Amino acid sequence: MRIITLVKHVRDTETRVKVAENGAKLEFIGENWVLNPYDEFAVEEGLRLKEKFGGEVVALSVGDEESSKSLRQAMAMGADSAILLSDPLFNDLDPLSTARVIAEQLKKESFDLILCGKHGVGDDNQAVGSIVGALLNIPVATVVVNLEIQGSDVKAKREIEGGLEVLEMGLPCLISCQKGLNEPRYPSLKGIMSAKKKEIRTINASVLGIDEKFFSKRIKFITFLEPPPRPKGKLIKGEPRDAVKELVKLLSEEAKVL
Amino acid sequence: MKILTYFEVKDGEIKKASFETASKAAEIAEKLNGEACALFVGENISEEMAKSPSRVNIKKSYILKNESLKTFSNSIYASAISNFAKEREFDAILFPATSTGKDLAPIVSAYFDVPYISDVIKVDVENGDVTFVKPIFSGKAMKKISVEENCFVASLRVNVFPVIEKHCETLVESVEAKLDDVKSSKVTGYEKGSSELLDVAEADIIISGGRGMKGPENFEMLAEVAKLFGGAMGASRAAVDAGWVPHSHQVGQTGKVVSPSLYIACGISGAIQHLAGMSSSKVIVAINKDKDAPIFNVATYGIVGDLFEIVPLLKEEIKSLKG
Repeated sequence: MRIITLVKHVRDTETRVKVAENGAKLEFIGENWVLNPYDEFAVEEGLRLKEKFGGEVVALSVGDEESSKSLRQAMAMGADSAILLSDPLFNDLDPLSTARVIAEQLKKESFDLILCGKHGVGDDNQAVGSIVGALLNIPVATVVVNLEIQGSDVKAKREIEGGLEVLEMGLPCLISCQKGLNEPRYPSLKGIMSAKKKEIRTINASVLGIDEKFFSKRIKFITFLEPPPRPKGKLIKGEPRDAVKELVKLLSEEAKVL
Repeated sequence: MKILTYFEVKDGEIKKASFETASKAAEIAEKLNGEACALFVGENISEEMAKSPSRVNIKKSYILKNESLKTFSNSIYASAISNFAKEREFDAILFPATSTGKDLAPIVSAYFDVPYISDVIKVDVENGDVTFVKPIFSGKAMKKISVEENCFVASLRVNVFPVIEKHCETLVESVEAKLDDVKSSKVTGYEKGSSELLDVAEADIIISGGRGMKGPENFEMLAEVAKLFGGAMGASRAAVDAGWVPHSHQVGQTGKVVSPSLYIACGISGAIQHLAGMSSSKVIVAINKDKDAPIFNVATYGIVGDLFEIVPLLKEEIKSLKG
């Protein structure tokens, strides 16, 4: 089984974000970057399937040289090799364009299964994986918390409002992984050492055979905005019983939410 | 400009978020002298149901029918939707950002070959351009964007856009759907969650617990209050990672991002990842014994005290209020 896991190098969720230069850019407090937390579930699931069925796990990312750190992390967990799609043309793409770049490479690869995280933290699009699957004309299952594969039959459970939806499809397919699917392993020291020797194939736009004409309609950036400030709050003092009475009164009469 | 809104029907009922989304579509169309239409997909849509967008000033509804659309299959539905949109020359398609909407919209974006903007919280028309505000970093910041030629697929966050009642006559047209030969996953079953409570993603009132809840047994008390409210029970990452509450309840950057009318945080200190997931709630109540907890910075009302004393009192008060 050849499994591709789509991974993204993202800012740690502890990072604080500030809008700077009148909305022209963002400033970050905290410089930690990590393998996207949801992609860890994808890598882990790929490794478990490889352990069960044999084969290989290939991690793929779109990004600059820094993204190779997350590819190394995936390989330290156990992925066999990695592909980095890297070119100035690929910077700051919208989900459709990113997915088209990935699909362009995957058309040249053989694979039985594509795994990705539910969404990439930061851009929060929850889209690239599904679009890749659609462009490759393979079944797509998103927000998956349970996956069973027998022969070429796939059964997945996806999280929806108030329950789980049961899905069936055939291989090859694309699965976006949600927390709960598995417990990602920590890379062993041996894994970290051997990841350094594993191959990352770096592929740019010209090797991929595309140029700026490849991208169609563009999203136009206007500005970054701070989240709307919250009105100053009210601290309710007094004995617990009185405070709760006061709270309920405020909720129903002032805030009108009860 | 021609704009289509996907109406989600589940168990024979239209999801309210469809009307929220369509209200916005109608407003955009009006400002741009365009046309906003509703789209229903499936074999079990009645004419009467397809007329209901008349509530929100949508003058035309389409029902896409085909044997293959009897049960939900994301790629097959997406193929039907995008082929229809191409044939009738729609410029844009809006989805409510429900779990179905977020599943369908990216696939439609791929087939329709039009950029996708997800989980939008504000839509305006400025100088002829439709502009979108979309949270990034789970709401720690926002990004405002538009799309060339106003061609887009977008999903609108649930519970953010008001349903604007504006009645009109609605014409209904049934159309035989054209489907490409797409490989799709198929929905074959549903497992209801054990809880009788709403999901945090849908609820208008959420009461959440964090590390201060001390153990799984104490969440029962929050579930009881949530039930009185007809709302949902949420949890912080600390409580989920400790194994006290299933992940489906988690609110925050690696859980669900929610915007209910009322969010009550009990024993939640307010780590940045949690604040990112709930600080767009309309009213926030914080109950915490640490007066310096960051949660108080976003709270509309705060009580510094022992939640084990306060929550039972709150339950009593709500009970008497609800009669």
